[in-house]
Amino acid sequence: MLMSDAPSITAPTASDRISDPMLPSPYRVQRARWDTDDTFSLELVPLDSDDIPHFAPGQFNMVYVYGVGEIPISISGDPTRRDLLVHTTRAVGTVTRAMSKLRVEDMLAARGPYGTAWPVAEAHQKDIVIVAGGIGLAPLRPAMYHIMAHREQYGRVVLLYGARTPGDVLYRKQLEQWRAHFDLDVFVTVDRATGSWRGSVGLVTSLIGRAPFDPLNTVALVCGPEVMMRFTTMGLEKRGVDTKNIYVSLERNMKCAIRLCGHCQFGSTFVCKDGPVFRYSQVQSLLTKWEV
Amino acid sequence: MVKISRREGRAAQLIEHHDFQSLFDVLKAKKYRLIGPTVRDGSVVYDEVARVDDLPVGYSDEQEKGSYRLNKSDDHRLFGYGVGPHSWKKFLFPPAVRLWQARRDDGSFQIIPEDYHAEPLALIGVRACELNAIAIQDRVFLDGEYRDPIYAAQREKLFVLAVNCGQAGNTCFCASMHAGPRVTGQFDLAVTEVINGESHYFTVEVGSPRGEEVLSEVPHRPASGEEKALANQIITQTAASMKRSIDTRGIKQRLYASFEHPQWDDIAARCLACGNCTQVCPTCFCSTVEDVTDLSGNTADRWRKWDSCFTTDFSYIVGGSIRSSVKSRYRQWMTHKLATWIEQFGTSGCVGCGRCITWCPVGIDITEEIAALRAEKQPATAVEAAKEDVSYADV
Ligand SMILES: Cc1cc2nc3c(=O)[nH]c(=O)nc-3n(C[C@H](O)[C@H](O)[C@H](O)COP(=O)(O)OP(=O)(O)OC[C@H]3O[C@@H](n4cnc5c(N)ncnc54)[C@H](O)[C@@H]3O)c2cc1C
Ligand code: SF4
Ligand code: SF4
Ligand code: FES
Repeated sequence: MLMSDAPSITAPTASDRISDPMLPSPYRVQRARWDTDDTFSLELVPLDSDDIPHFAPGQFNMVYVYGVGEIPISISGDPTRRDLLVHTTRAVGTVTRAMSKLRVEDMLAARGPYGTAWPVAEAHQKDIVIVAGGIGLAPLRPAMYHIMAHREQYGRVVLLYGARTPGDVLYRKQLEQWRAHFDLDVFVTVDRATGSWRGSVGLVTSLIGRAPFDPLNTVALVCGPEVMMRFTTMGLEKRGVDTKNIYVSLERNMKCAIRLCGHCQFGSTFVCKDGPVFRYSQVQSLLTKWEV
Repeated sequence: MVKISRREGRAAQLIEHHDFQSLFDVLKAKKYRLIGPTVRDGSVVYDEVARVDDLPVGYSDEQEKGSYRLNKSDDHRLFGYGVGPHSWKKFLFPPAVRLWQARRDDGSFQIIPEDYHAEPLALIGVRACELNAIAIQDRVFLDGEYRDPIYAAQREKLFVLAVNCGQAGNTCFCASMHAGPRVTGQFDLAVTEVINGESHYFTVEVGSPRGEEVLSEVPHRPASGEEKALANQIITQTAASMKRSIDTRGIKQRLYASFEHPQWDDIAARCLACGNCTQVCPTCFCSTVEDVTDLSGNTADRWRKWDSCFTTDFSYIVGGSIRSSVKSRYRQWMTHKLATWIEQFGTSGCVGCGRCITWCPVGIDITEEIAALRAEKQPATAVEAAKEDVSYADV
């Protein structure tokens, strides 16, 4: 795995090491590209093993940038690809900006995967509605890969995606490819049209009303800003989707991801362990309160 | 420490006061570092002790909301005071610890794990509430999918000499939390200090084979029925004299239902969000991480440090802090301690040690605040109502 000209990296593997659960493994950047003006994807190869750890769609890693810090980032790659770890990140602050400056051959470290997954197996034979806002498409992409790879196991599959502007549309090529499928309904909307955009304008919630799915036989997967998720779940409920069949992915401050640091508490749950993916009915009463 | 339940029927033993030093000597000979209460800067703290004289001999404390005072008398009582600002958690869950170091070299870096050596510690004078606090932290740090290896390593190297409390501090309410004042397990040896006229002795209970072994090397004899009864009476009196309490009946539901209670605003008007309460609490376990780079930039250390849910940073995510108001942070702290903790770990997060009451600079008292929350009425009458709701006499 090592490039001959790169200095060798030795990561400790002894499992009885004292700092073990907080100890990340080294990765090398194989590919780095900007998806939008502020969002980039890194393809990473593991340096101390051949494969990346097995992950389920919706899970996340703690990603460490040398000397800067460690942050939770969802895994956004294809879960069947074990050779490559993919993270799509929006540059918003200290660690994410430092991460955005990494180039091919640079190193970072990651540990994981952590947290709960989208219920892709439980949703067999059901219609799937995926609703994503902005960067929220990143943690949902592995679910899309899985569903497309097992297309026959699902009913109708609908992807509703909202971005701020056409320039903010994430994974544009991939969305176009998916839209070309006859067995997949992809709707993309932007809050604000610019340039030559001739597509839909409006909030992603406005797409729910006319999306083709059977509300009584649907599993909905939702990820985006918390307000967007609140309105989306309201829209889905209005269509008749049971809150037990709606899943949301939550974001909270995380320092450990292993249920030890206390930061991610949300009511009695630890978002790093009991989430980030929750059944909406489980967190609905908390999500409608402020400053929980 | 091996978890063994008390062996019923084994006669209580007795160590005379003048032989107590021998217990220290035996533990030292067995290569334990002795940690116990000692006086520093006007309070009882936990630190290395070599001799019985290093303990706060003859000291007693006066604790109240927001105040703490030590008094010295001429008696030779070794454990005549309550808990101070320190708790044993600082030995099992260090306030700051380096987790690992990254070393940079030509665009890449290596991660070097920390070699952490737990040393055998003998904890001298652990109170019932503190043993329960350790049991609670055991669930937090050892019972999950991921264990804290630092805690786990140190936990296995403890010798616990527990002590039954001979007096209740003014801020104590362990009895109502079912966490004291009687030590009921999880120790190697447990003593009760008795001064009766000219005699000064410790009745001893053995809690583990290790305790047995240590005791066998210390001068001791079986306690008489009367000596035992005296010791028992002391503990019973301690429980009976406790002034504060929390009514824990249905407390979880009560707190959940109190999310919008006006009392939170009342507390927020007083609370400084200093986090003292979380620092002194023996069960609070939150931590943060910090990255420290050296001047050359070639090494970056990752540290874990105690953290407090009273800071705005604690819940910060991009866009702002989730709990930006003091009200929401106090509510989170108290709701966690007394309600969500039960769901998370199957136990309350509070043992009633009273530290958060004594060390709060503005004297916020968790027992009073709970009583006020339990009162359905509006803030002006809440305190009055609380008096009816909680009876301090039935402890
Ligand atoms: C489960 C989960 C999955 C996520 N997946 C993605 C993803 O796929 N793509 C993406 O772009 N973003 C994702 N995020 C959000 C991402 O973690 C934050 O944008 C990131 O932490 C911001 O760090 P920063 O240093 O750049 O920002 P700053 O605003 O500079 O943050 C300062 C510091 O605050 C702390 N901090 C801020 N937000 C968080 C947080 N949510 N958790 C822990 N610490 C925080 C960090 O220590 C950070 O160094 C996810 C968050 C969670 C909880
Ligand atoms: S309750 Fe008291 S000790 Fe705790 S944060 Fe508020 S002022 Fe500080
Ligand atoms: S909440 Fe207060 S009384 Fe309860 S264990 Fe913590 S410090 Fe002690
Ligand atoms: S991130 Fe530390 S407990 Fe969840």
